Amino acid sequence: MSDELKDAAKGATTGRGFTRNRMSETIRTPTVAIVDFGLGNLYSVLRACERVGLAARITSSHRDVLAADGVILPGVGAFGDAMENLRRLDLVGPLREIHARDTPLIGICLGLQLMMTGSSEFGDHQGLGMIDGPVVHFGRPAEKNSVLKVPQVGWNRVFRRACDEAAVDQLPAAADDPWHHTPLAGLADGRHMYFVHSYYVRPTDSSVVLSVTRYGDVEFCSAIRVGNTFAFQYHPERSGPDGLRVYRNIAGLIQHHAGVEEPRHAA
Amino acid sequence: MNIRVIPRLDIKGPNLVKGIHLEGFRVLGKPDRFARYYYENGADELFYMDAVASLYGRNSLVEIIRRTAHDVCIPLTVGGGLRSVDDIREVLRAGADKVAINTAAIARPELIREASRMFGSSTIVVSIEAIRHADGSYEAFTDCGRESTGVDALQWAMRAAELGAGELAVTSINREGTGKGFDLELTRRISESVSIPVIACGGAGCVADVGEVVLEGKADAVSIASCLHYDFIQSHEMIDDDFSAEGNTEFLRRGTSSSKISPSSLAAIKEHLSENGIACRMN
Repeated sequence: MSDELKDAAKGATTGRGFTRNRMSETIRTPTVAIVDFGLGNLYSVLRACERVGLAARITSSHRDVLAADGVILPGVGAFGDAMENLRRLDLVGPLREIHARDTPLIGICLGLQLMMTGSSEFGDHQGLGMIDGPVVHFGRPAEKNSVLKVPQVGWNRVFRRACDEAAVDQLPAAADDPWHHTPLAGLADGRHMYFVHSYYVRPTDSSVVLSVTRYGDVEFCSAIRVGNTFAFQYHPERSGPDGLRVYRNIAGLIQHHAGVEEPRHAA
Repeated sequence: MNIRVIPRLDIKGPNLVKGIHLEGFRVLGKPDRFARYYYENGADELFYMDAVASLYGRNSLVEIIRRTAHDVCIPLTVGGGLRSVDDIREVLRAGADKVAINTAAIARPELIREASRMFGSSTIVVSIEAIRHADGSYEAFTDCGRESTGVDALQWAMRAAELGAGELAVTSINREGTGKGFDLELTRRISESVSIPVIACGGAGCVADVGEVVLEGKADAVSIASCLHYDFIQSHEMIDDDFSAEGNTEFLRRGTSSSKISPSSLAAIKEHLSENGIACRMN
């Protein structure tokens, strides 16, 4: 068992935030809302939260979302259906409010894409509009002998600035590290994460790009950051020990923001 | 693209089993230890198949899925006896990331559309179990290779992709469990006919077979059972618990393996792929 796993397992069984609570009675347990808009499989996200000691619940209630210390917007499926469901559940306004007041908001896969201005998936659809830019398709692969299958399904490398194979496994000093104080802190360049997607985001403002990944000839934005809003095209909850590290960092971010614990994402 | 190496665990009741041509299962042990070991040693995903669920119309996997999902955080695909959107939801709730459907999808292809709409295409793997006929055609079978359908496997692959399948798991029943290598023609013909990823299943006997099905069979992922299971068994002491269940445990007690299977570890398989210029995620 790797150290990552041991740490994560320890975090899950002792509940880091809760230990602090018992010591200083006044501090409450931070809550995490995993937004359920009726599409996709949220249980792996819930399990990852539990493993890093987050008190998370799956919910469709806008009250739960607004009251949470951190919000996770996961999702697979079609963009248009997702936005329609978010509107029907009255979650569009609350999610924008969470983003506007800088409560930690984590998007995963379709969750990232929903944060953009819009998508052309199955017709044109308006997104949550937190980040300027479109969601675009990888493009249909050539008829024969294509190496680029769509959807991309599997493990791919995640880089800080450019997809540089020579930079694999380098970890810059904290002061120079764009991932310092983000959920990706402590990850070397070029680590593998698990992807499943046909579309990717193209933010207008390149300063929001947190990580980049190459698939075939396309180098695309695989994570974004705006304030305390972080979103990933990949699935950290399915990405083994490195993915668990991302969740531990997310737990640290949420606990820190809720005033429960010092930030741990520099670890 | 990194080629995925996916240990396949056939489950019967509480046990990991392995058959030949999807029949004659013998008990190899408890699946939990195998799953945990593969996760820690670089498996890219895990694929669980309830080997008898389709036959008896029940699903005994849920408890095993729950335990595995707790231990292992790589994608877990589960198949066997899933007949409806409700069945699919049950295994996803227990901790599966994707489901594989075969019998129910051939009986009612709309299930693919409904399930991919509800859970996302990427959650729905259509499993195609094919038998090669003398004239070179391939026919899709259901119920673990027992029932003939008259459906052409290639036509069905394209239809399943159109209906919204996220991936296809393609098993050659002729080769399954034999260690004679994958059916390269079946894999290549399907892989070149669809734009979604194809997981090659059935037939791996040694590391060279794995490289071959990627290079010649155009597989995007490779599912392997016997090679990995026998390697695990050779390198681990079996514990009493492994012998506790009913079933054919004679093989385990004798401690012999099939002569056509060369046991190999995930590391050895990935090293072989790497040496042959095939990109894969190294641990």
